[in-house]
Amino acid sequence: MPLDLLPLALVDGVAYASLLFLVSMGLTLVFGVMGILNVAHGAFYAFGGYTAATLVAYFATRTESPVLLLGVLFLAAIIVGLVLGSLMEFILIRRAHAYDPILKLLITFGGFLVLEDVLRMIWGVQPYSASEVVGRLGNIELGGIYYTTYQIVVVPVTALVAYLALEYFLRYTRLGKQTVATTHNREVATALGINTKKIGLVTFVIATFLGALGGALASPTTSLVPGAGTDMIVLSFAVVATAGLGQISGALLAALLIGIMRSISVYMAPEIEVAVPYIIMVLVLIIRPHGLFTVAQARTI
Amino acid sequence: MRLYLLSTVCALVALWAGTAFTWLTTPIIFGLTYAIAALGVSVMVRAGQVSFGHAMYACISAYVVAFIARAYPGTDALVLILAGVVAATLTSALIGLFMVRYRGIFFGMLNLAFSMVLFALLSKLYHITGGTDGINITRPPLAGVAMNRDTYEQWLLIMSLALSLFLAVWVQRYFRSGSGQALSAIKTNETRLEYLGFSAYFIMWKGYVFSGLIVGFSGAMLALLQGLVTPEIGLWLRSGEYVFIVILGGAAHAAGAFLGAAVFETVKLMSSAYFPDLWQLFLGLSLIIVIFLVPNGIVGKFIEYNREKSRRKI
Repeated sequence: MPLDLLPLALVDGVAYASLLFLVSMGLTLVFGVMGILNVAHGAFYAFGGYTAATLVAYFATRTESPVLLLGVLFLAAIIVGLVLGSLMEFILIRRAHAYDPILKLLITFGGFLVLEDVLRMIWGVQPYSASEVVGRLGNIELGGIYYTTYQIVVVPVTALVAYLALEYFLRYTRLGKQTVATTHNREVATALGINTKKIGLVTFVIATFLGALGGALASPTTSLVPGAGTDMIVLSFAVVATAGLGQISGALLAALLIGIMRSISVYMAPEIEVAVPYIIMVLVLIIRPHGLFTVAQARTI
Repeated sequence: MRLYLLSTVCALVALWAGTAFTWLTTPIIFGLTYAIAALGVSVMVRAGQVSFGHAMYACISAYVVAFIARAYPGTDALVLILAGVVAATLTSALIGLFMVRYRGIFFGMLNLAFSMVLFALLSKLYHITGGTDGINITRPPLAGVAMNRDTYEQWLLIMSLALSLFLAVWVQRYFRSGSGQALSAIKTNETRLEYLGFSAYFIMWKGYVFSGLIVGFSGAMLALLQGLVTPEIGLWLRSGEYVFIVILGGAAHAAGAFLGAAVFETVKLMSSAYFPDLWQLFLGLSLIIVIFLVPNGIVGKFIEYNREKSRRKI
């Protein structure tokens, strides 16, 4: 790879990693708190993207302000998080607790299939995008190369802020501490008077919001087509498994690793670009069978 | 014994339906390839492990069939099937060495990762694999006889049915054997199994290779039926459908895979006939409903019912 392409690949990689991280963060949060690997999370990503594209298309003709358009992206994620997240928790996730992990996973797989078709019913099969946002935000020059403000500032900063906010929520707020307690031991938490049902709902809505935010932020730079959610969910699975299940900070590093390696491979070996995340995952798991950041548990009878 | 009889009757009914109504021949064989693949996956479900990448072994087998048919036109279909299955078995033996160290979600995800790598390679290496367009297979002679399309398909139907019966009996015997029982013990309590002196690693590996072999049969039959192989055969959603069938039918008995596949194909056919754009929705809904109503699948429900009945007799 020519060396002058490296900064370009890095910026691409970091922006992509940020999206990946947002989605993975939601996925791993739900796994940590509820023990559910939620396949339908990919559909949240797609819903976020399509909703954002629709809203941006509506507002782009009515406002000049790029900040407002950015706000619209967040609005889309909030709507999807609240509506879809609470609906899904209420209808499926709440009832799934009693089943073993594999059945839980399959229940969400069923939910995923349903949501994919609902998506197709609402938006059809033509591609959508919200490219207006990128154009209005302009470019930034760094070392003689122009980058879009959107990719170099907005996306990574949003991911970072979301990460810090989630960490703050889990460590310093009452509800967050209760959530962590629920993660460690659901029964004891319930016995201590924590309303684990409420925790479940809140966690799931936050996670859905994060997944949808990933999609909403992706919509200005990628065109959304059916199957976008599928690609994203397997990729964020790879991130989450590489990091170790339930490890939020680990997901940040894993997403960066995978995102940057992937965008470098776009320039160096485009044939294997799609396979790169999985190759990284396999290599990591050969060395650390439970992911980068999981502490192995003792075997008990 | 009653079950063997019932299975044979079912197979004969399928054979009759497939030959009497020619429009049913292809869907039935197609359903059988799904059932055989699900049978393979159900071996792993026995050990409590769900693989989201087993379609890769069907894919490997199918591509080997296509490669050989392209390189040596006129190769017999039986030889092609054998080559496909051998390829699938060998790769599962190799990948299995690494895979069987993992349990639960990691096992599922690693299988998925491998299948995604294969999928990516198959779609990108145009000059070898034809990319997403895949490779066409000209209809090979079967047991030395060149056939027209209808006869060929009917013989494929007979072969798939015979194969299904044979594999079902084999799997059932395996489940009752020492290593089959030990495989179920991995689900229940792996540590205790090791205290008994078994190697969980070796037991899992044997199961893994066996499941790869069975799925290999499915892939080879699918390639011969479609006359076309595409990377799509190895997509993780396909693996998901196999798992779906196992859960639908139940992993307690080999018959589960076939019952599951029958229901699956029917739901898919019906909903794509009446609601062409919504078949995924119906599939998803039926998966959710099945898990909530009968978490052990149709076969599990049946076994439970029989147990209840015999308890009442006492």
